[in-house]
Amino acid sequence: MAKVIVMTSGKGGVGKTTSSAAFATGLALRGFKTVVIDFDVGLRNLDLIMGCERRVVFDFVNVINGEAKLNQALIKDKRVENLFILPTSQTRDKDALTKEGVEKILDELKKDFDYILCDSPAGIEKGALMALYFADHAIIVTNPEVSSVRDSDRILGVLASKSRRAELNQEPVQEHLLLTRYDPERVERGDMLKVDDVLEILAIPLLGVVPESTAVLRASNIGMPVTLDEKSNANKAYTDAVARFLGETVEHRFMKPEKKGFLDRLLRRTA
Amino acid sequence: MSIFNFFRQAPRKSVAEEAKERLQIVLAHERAAGSSPDYLPILQRELLAVIAKYVQIDEKKVEVSFERGGDYSTLEVNIELPPPSPDKGVRTRGTATNTAGGDAASAAKAATAAKRA
Repeated sequence: MAKVIVMTSGKGGVGKTTSSAAFATGLALRGFKTVVIDFDVGLRNLDLIMGCERRVVFDFVNVINGEAKLNQALIKDKRVENLFILPTSQTRDKDALTKEGVEKILDELKKDFDYILCDSPAGIEKGALMALYFADHAIIVTNPEVSSVRDSDRILGVLASKSRRAELNQEPVQEHLLLTRYDPERVERGDMLKVDDVLEILAIPLLGVVPESTAVLRASNIGMPVTLDEKSNANKAYTDAVARFLGETVEHRFMKPEKKGFLDRLLRRTA
Repeated sequence: MSIFNFFRQAPRKSVAEEAKERLQIVLAHERAAGSSPDYLPILQRELLAVIAKYVQIDEKKVEVSFERGGDYSTLEVNIELPPPSPDKGVRTRGTATNTAGGDAASAAKAATAAKRA
């Protein structure tokens, strides 16, 4: 049975799209047929991060409106087997997404895919509500920073009251915390919230800690999900998170400052 | 002396610890607010309108709160009535209300009587 995952956060700029691209790629690399859908109607960006912006012909909203077939809008990734992207529309129409329309598409995708990953827009308005409504799992992307933690708490409240599972009194959406842009050195100095602090406040299971990494910007510049950058710590962190999501026990890393060698210090090399 | 004091100073709270404390406080408030039903503000407004028909009250002295318990929830309505004032004007108004009440009662009685008849 296909699982619907929402990547959400409340706050913008914390790394939802980066994480969606990386996580979907990670799932596909593990052999699961995965589709990642951009729910940020009007502000399409997943296509850029995935590097398929020039291949977009039809979009999510075209399919909802019956202007295109689903397989005409789905873009098959050229690097990874089993990975597909469903880009969003750039329309300014706020009501482009409807519950019925989204449900119809998700039902159709469920027949063919193992995982459907919904990349939520920021905020708690319609686009974000649509992205989380049908979710079985929610990955809450949070930065170790006060406004992000507060907004994550809000979005957890929305999941518990406005999702379909909540409305139908079913088993609640499974929540996972993905702490991104973590800087162990600043944590050590007492300048940044610790993983444990965020966990204590939000009280949901930890899926992974992604360290602040220059590889993320590098990857987005060239339209490559960071999970394909083999050397980077961000890649390793996302790959671990995917493994944990699949039920494997993987020890957390990147939570302590790296011990730097003499040469590293001399060259000021970063992750 | 001062240099020793400098070293003896209690370790300052780090900014991260302060962030955690502020978050815990603000979220405790927001979670409490988030769990109350949507109808509370409207309920408060309507209650106020009804009470204002009979008693002169201060808008700010009406408090409606909702507390979610394990087995049951409590809806608490707290209305502070104005103190009996020695001022003559207020007393007259009070009497007026009483008279009006009396009138209503007698009117009701009259209606019952009419029905019986």
